[in-house]
Amino acid sequence: MNYLWGGMIVVGVIYAALTGNLGAVTNQALVSAKEAISLCITMAGAMAFWVGIMRIAERAGMVERIAQRMGGILGFLFPSVPTKSAARTHIATNFVANVLGLGWAATPAGLLAMKELKKLDAQSGRASDAMCDFLILNISSLQLIPVNIIAYRSQYGSVCPAAIVGPAILATLISTGAAVLFIKIRHLVMRKNRKY
Amino acid sequence: MQFILFLSEAIIPVLLFVIVGAGLLRRQQVYEDFLDGAKSGVRTVVEIMPTLVGLMVAVGVLRASGFLDFVSGLLGNLMAGTQFPSELVPIAIVKMFSSSAATGLLLDLYKECGTDSFVGQAASIMLSSTETIFYTMSVYFMSVKVKKTRYTLVGALFATLVGIIASVMVARIAF
Repeated sequence: MNYLWGGMIVVGVIYAALTGNLGAVTNQALVSAKEAISLCITMAGAMAFWVGIMRIAERAGMVERIAQRMGGILGFLFPSVPTKSAARTHIATNFVANVLGLGWAATPAGLLAMKELKKLDAQSGRASDAMCDFLILNISSLQLIPVNIIAYRSQYGSVCPAAIVGPAILATLISTGAAVLFIKIRHLVMRKNRKY
Repeated sequence: MQFILFLSEAIIPVLLFVIVGAGLLRRQQVYEDFLDGAKSGVRTVVEIMPTLVGLMVAVGVLRASGFLDFVSGLLGNLMAGTQFPSELVPIAIVKMFSSSAATGLLLDLYKECGTDSFVGQAASIMLSSTETIFYTMSVYFMSVKVKKTRYTLVGALFATLVGIIASVMVARIAF
């Protein structure tokens, strides 16, 4: 992350200097910084609301119970996360929210999941296997109905804005399938290495 | 389809009812619990705020400098021999960094080639089946102060690449 970030800035400035885009860079840097803060403010509302509700659910013992019931598929994807861990509930919530296209509910649940995963594997500064697997699945895109894209399409005069729904579901399934495959193959390789 | 849309509309109110209702039945201090959680939620956002500023500024600098266009042009030429439409290269690359920038490119494409053109359809599918890798990784990892991300980037790039190729292929079959 260190070199990636530094590299992005250095390359950007050098390239801008060569092409005479330095003025645009100054503007964009400030605009982006502002966008980041306004995004945070939007996110803070959703986070406060969602984490607050989840705290009630936790105290009522619901989180742990759901975690135990979600056994099957989560045990398959995250064998290193114990059945009773609250991480399971938050991972499941994040997945469900993503599938339904509720991005604002997915992020808070995802961040809660990361916190719980960190409790399970406290090596500071290093991602645990479960964290890597969780993020790979998350990034593989889980959203089934691309509501925002459909809206843009109808706004720009598409004859049938929802025509992409079927194909998009198929493409999403394929990319998520690839992520699951990647994770499972890596689990297999790891298990082999541990034996020898 | 209709059912999924209904589900995404109704699921949050139902959850709210069930969770708060269950808390009340157990004679729990639901309001205090909520405030307690809300406080920690806000704290998390404040903690990731600098990360987000850093990341979005870096992406903004790279985009405004014209470097991303340069790379996409280069890749577009490389892809000219393949089945991959070169108009889609910039969108595919920008989407890995920034969702809003990719949406901007998508709308440009709609205006130029038409919403229902092949590239318009393929780009719509592509944006629906990929995520912003760098944004997601920095926000999630920084929230727990993880610096060594190990194989996450490789796996995420793999899944995204498969998603990009799949969306073009699916579009070819469907339209």
